[in-house]
Formats: sequence, structure tokens, C-alpha cells
Amino acid sequence: MEKEKVRIFIMGKAYEVPKGLTIMKAMEHAGYQFIRGCGCRGGFCGACGTVYRMPGDYRLMVGLACQTVVEDGMYLTQIPVFPANKATYDVEKLRPGLSDIIKLYPELTRCLGCNTCTKACPQDLDVMNYMAAAMRGDIERAADMSFDCLMCGLCAARCPAETVQYNIAILIRRLYARHVAPRAKHLASRVGEILDGAFDRSLDEMTEFTRAELETLYNQRDIEPE
Amino acid sequence: MSYTPKMNEFIQAVEATRQKRYDERHARLSPEEKQQLLEDFHPDYRPDTMRPIKVGVSKGSVMPHELVDVLESRSRLDSDKFPLNKIDYDVDVLIIGGGGAGSSAALMAHAEGANVLLATKLRLGDANTMMAQGGIQAADKANDSPNLHYLDVMGGGGFANKPELVKALVHDAPLVIKWLEDLGCMFDKESDGTMVTQHGGGTCRKRMHAARDYSGAEIMRTLRDEVRNREIPVLEFSPAVELLSDGEYACRGAVLMNLETKEFFVVRAKTVVISTGGFGRLHIDDFPTTNHYGATADGLVMAYRLGGRLVFLDATQFHPTGAAYPEQIVGLLITEKVRGLGAQLVNIHGEQFVYPLETRDAVSSAIIRECLDRKKGIVTETGQHGVWLDSPMIERIHGEGTILRSLPAMYRQYARFGIDMRKTPILVFPTLHYQNGGVDIRDDTSVTTVENLFVAGETSGGVHGRNRLMGNSLLDVVVFGRRAGMAGAERARHVKPGALSLAHVSRYHKELEDAGLVTDKVSPILLPPYARYQSVPGADPAV
Repeated sequence: MEKEKVRIFIMGKAYEVPKGLTIMKAMEHAGYQFIRGCGCRGGFCGACGTVYRMPGDYRLMVGLACQTVVEDGMYLTQIPVFPANKATYDVEKLRPGLSDIIKLYPELTRCLGCNTCTKACPQDLDVMNYMAAAMRGDIERAADMSFDCLMCGLCAARCPAETVQYNIAILIRRLYARHVAPRAKHLASRVGEILDGAFDRSLDEMTEFTRAELETLYNQRDIEPE
Repeated sequence: MSYTPKMNEFIQAVEATRQKRYDERHARLSPEEKQQLLEDFHPDYRPDTMRPIKVGVSKGSVMPHELVDVLESRSRLDSDKFPLNKIDYDVDVLIIGGGGAGSSAALMAHAEGANVLLATKLRLGDANTMMAQGGIQAADKANDSPNLHYLDVMGGGGFANKPELVKALVHDAPLVIKWLEDLGCMFDKESDGTMVTQHGGGTCRKRMHAARDYSGAEIMRTLRDEVRNREIPVLEFSPAVELLSDGEYACRGAVLMNLETKEFFVVRAKTVVISTGGFGRLHIDDFPTTNHYGATADGLVMAYRLGGRLVFLDATQFHPTGAAYPEQIVGLLITEKVRGLGAQLVNIHGEQFVYPLETRDAVSSAIIRECLDRKKGIVTETGQHGVWLDSPMIERIHGEGTILRSLPAMYRQYARFGIDMRKTPILVFPTLHYQNGGVDIRDDTSVTTVENLFVAGETSGGVHGRNRLMGNSLLDVVVFGRRAGMAGAERARHVKPGALSLAHVSRYHKELEDAGLVTDKVSPILLPPYARYQSVPGADPAV
């Protein structure tokens, strides 16, 4: 059975590819072997940010190549890497507020409120508004709203104020988790026991058990209810 | 990309039997039936999927053909001619691989004061770690203990696991959760800071920690950010293509290749950590995979040429329900929870063919039998086999709204492609998920048969025995990555740099020739051959 084909333009060059393929698989069908622009192939890693335009439409669209299906006339190019600014810092020594964020990323305040970043996000995050939360110093909200960020870089690539939303977002999430979210007390207490050697002897003994002894213990263990 | 008219016709058969199946409980397999099913259809049990390797330190060990093929290939380098006199990088610790294990190793070795270089094939963070959704196990609650975690790991692994490695895994688990919490990793917590923890398959306590359903991504991006903050030198798109040795069985560095320009670089290192991940993208027995693009067994190949022993590589983890449609998500994981909530597995005639909550290996085998032997599966337009997972049954049993409440990520995943899993079934087929075995290591990650070489994460073998439990792979990469960094830095203090050699490669090539294995294939393959003109049959459903 002859498969239905669509015509796409990869970096300006036309290819006929089977309908229904993702941009990633269409490019492979066209003969490309990816070095850049391909990662997890499952929508988690942000390696395959792609910009495209449809015929008769002036607007630039964005998508992940592994999650976006080719359409007839699609004119596309990948943005596998973007030379974005990344501040370096010791998260432990920072304070979770606006002043430390602005010291590291002064360009944060240049935001024009144009919402281009939100339109560019393949995860459909409300990028402009998490940046707005950041500018209010609302660390918790900015961390929560930016959580699903894959750091593909498309927001920064399109930003007229040249801010790097995704790098600011990870700083904020780390600040939130390190300094704002309450610590797990049960974790600290178990770590204390382990460092005191509380389990050393019993674990050593278990490594000496025969298979039959282990099986008996395994079958006798009680299961915590759902 | 909703269902095609053809697929919708098939779906009618599923709808026609839903009422009948609502009252129907499919019989469970007897132990004898299960054994027979596994022997006939599980890739691990079928002798035609594997063969003994003819060369090297594990000669005679049975492994999947696709792995033996790359192990029985030649080096990219001509070991007699390749120049080693010019050293491009001279470091204490070379880390090969930039996933969760490599990044953890880099951070710890750097903290120990070592001069570290991390080289990775793709970008820093391009790894299966990034894709892990479910969570990370650690016995840190009052009703739990590392000892109970130990029992769960051993039971899951068929009691074949290497005890010293399991001890290290469960002992360090709370330590790594604390380490990650300190680094600012956003775990799911109650308002008082208590970690939200759940059960996973085979756990006796709720010890699965998560960061929404981006657990691995959250851990990976935190580690990556920290590697960058500490300004640890990282070479991206620079895979190692061969280890360097002292001429015998000690490691002394590696040769890297710029993936874009094909330029080679010689790295002299006092110790080397391999953390390159597993073999999912070799498509064992032609299965689709959940794995990252870079999972091509590079570390296994390089370690083996230098004499690293390989263990448990005849045990591969297949997850019974990978997506089989739409094409964009073929191979991606459909969580076991879908069956747990009552979705049944159904063939082209709308009939159940297996009790949906048999063990993973049995369900996988039953789906394979239904499709390939009984020919009662669906074949999609891209040639992908599958059976129906009747998700609408979930709402029939538990009421409307259950899917949005209990499986929101799964719902969104399908909604993205115009499929409403509340109303229509989804198509599934087993998917290659995890390499249970790997290089034989001690509990400090040192390779048992090679000096100054350390292996951490999926490239290593023994900790999970023959079968890994959910939530123990993220744990594995951080626990043993950290140990590799510390042990590698410590060992480097006692190693004197010496002359570099590829004699082990010459030795291996000679073994190949003596075994009659004349080949022009080279390995590690580095990238899977998906471009249309280089494809292997079955490796990619798009072709």
C-alpha cells in the first residue's frame, strides 16, 4: 500500500515524507542522522526544539520535533542549542528573594510583558506570568508554574528583552526547594541513624543470609496498606 | 492525529464486548501455564534471541544477539597506528557519560578536590535519568528500614543480586535523598515537609519519592545545574570511543571523538568512571524501547575490550504496556496503574486473552503471543503490532472522572494526539525498558577485573539481579554515581601516570580473528542507525 505523502521543507530543502510522522522521524526518513536536535525522543529532554511556519501564514510556530506531526507545506528548522546566559551560584548561600535573583539575572526586569515566551513554549507553560511572579518575589508561585519546563530554550530564543526564562526558572525552583519548602524531618532523622551506623550490623548480617533464609523473610514481610 | 477510520472500525469490536467483559474475570495462569508461556514467548527465555559470546573475559556467556554483535565488532581505532604521544587532556578523574550517574560522580569527585573532566556523547543531561517518571525509592519513614528495602530489592531480583551492592543501594538511599533535598530538588511534600511516598511494584512500604511525574527530569536538571555552577569542565558531543590502558588490565584514560568533526582527543586520566547507560537503543529482539537516543551500550563495549566482566546480561526488562499508537509515542511507557484500575487487555475480536495483573514478564509474553503467534493483534499503518488496553472500562468500574483524577499525565499524553482515553481504548505492545545486567563491580563501583576503572548506573550489573524494581534505577544512578566519584578521586591520589597503550585492543582484535570473527563492523556504534538509508529492519517503526 502506497502511503500518503506530505511535502515539507527542512532548512529550505523540500522532501516528500509519509503523512503522520513526527518531525523527528520525518527528518530521519529524509535521511538525516541526528547528532544534535534529538534526545529522549519522548518529550522530556528539550533537545529538539523546532521552529516552523505554514504556507500562507506569517506567524512562526514552535514545537518539539519528537512530539509534533509534520503537515503539508511545513517549513522548518531546529534550534538545538541557544547561546543563553547562565549565572553560576552557590544555592546554599543565596536568599530566596527578588534581590538575589536580580543580582544574578539583572535582565529579569527588562521584561516587556509581550507574552512571546508563553506563545513559544511547547509545554504550554504560562512563561510570562511565572516571570511576573518572579519579579514580585513570589518564589513559590514561580517555582510551581515553571515546574514542567524542559529547558528547550525556545522562550529565550524569541524573547525581545533577551532574558533567559528557563535558567531563571531553575534558579527559582532550587531556591524554593532549598530555602522555602519545609525540610523533611523524618529524612534528617533517618540520615542521622544511618551515619551513626544504626543499620550497619543488621545489613551486614543480611548479606550473609542464604537464599532460603531470604525467601522466608521476603514471604513473611507485611505489606503496608494502600 | 486521532484514530484513523480503519482503527475506529477495530475499536467497535472492543466496544461491542465491553458490557460482557464488565462481568468477566479472565482466568489466571497456572504456574505450569505461566512457565510454558514465558518459555515460548518471553525474549529472555527464547534461545533464538541470544547466543554465547565467543571472545573476551566472559567468553561463553549467553547475551542478546544485538549486544553480542557490537561486542564482537572491532574498534574504531587502529590500535597499532593510532598516535598516543600527544596528550590533549591530562586529568585525575575522567567521567564518561553525562546522565544522573556521571553528573553525581563529577560533583563528588570535584568536591574531593580532584581535577575532573566529564565527557559525554550528546548534551549534559541527555540520559534515561531525564525520562524516569515514577520516582526514587528510599527507606526514610519511621515504619520503614533499609533492611526492608534490602528484602524488596532481593525478592524483585530473583535473589540473584550481588548482596554487597544491594546493601550499598539501600544504605545510601536516604543519604542521596537528603543530598538532593539540600541541592534544591523539588520533591513532592506535605505542608509540614513530610515526603509524599507511594508504593511501587514489589515494595512492602510506601517509599517511592516523586517530583510530580517529572521525577527523573527534576533530579537531572538539578544535578546538571550544579555541575555548571561548580564550573566542572564538560565536553559535550564528545563520546569516548576506546579506553586507554597500561598494556595489561589497568585503565589509564580514553580516546574521545568529536561527534561533529570526527576529531580524536587523547585523555590521560588516573582513574576513569564509565556511566554511559544501557543498551535500549540496540532494540533487543527488534523491540521498541522507552530509552533515550544515546542508549547504545558504548560503556559495555569499551569496558569489555579492556577485560571488564559482564554479568546478568541475559536478563532484559520488558514492560508489557508501551504505547503502540499513535506513532509519535510508540514505545513510551503506559503505567501499570491503568491495569490496576481495571483496564483489560483485549484482542482484535474484543476478547480478553490474559488476566491483566499477571507479573510483567507473563503479561508481556501473552501480548506477544496474541500478536505474533495467534495473529489476533492489531497492526497499525506503520507496521506496529499491538493489542487494546480498554481504558474506558476504568470509568465504567469506578465512575466518570476517575481517569482525570488518577491518570492526569496519561490522559494529557493521549489528548495531545486527539485520543480521549476515557472514551476509546489505547493500543499497547511490550517495550524494551531496562538492561538489568552489566559490568561486574564492587560496592565502591570499581570493576572487579580492571584496575582504576569504575562503572556506575545502568552500565553496571548485579545490584538488581535479574529484574529491577520501579524506583530503584534513579536511586542506583545517584547512589553509585556518588560512590564512583568518591572512589575514583580517592584512587587517583595513589596512581602514578604512565605510558598510554591500546595493546588491549590489539589483544581483543587478535581474539576476534582467532575465533574466526572477521568483520568490518565497528563499535561502540554511538548512534542508532535510524536515518532511512542506514536502518536495520525493525529498529524503527517509522521505516
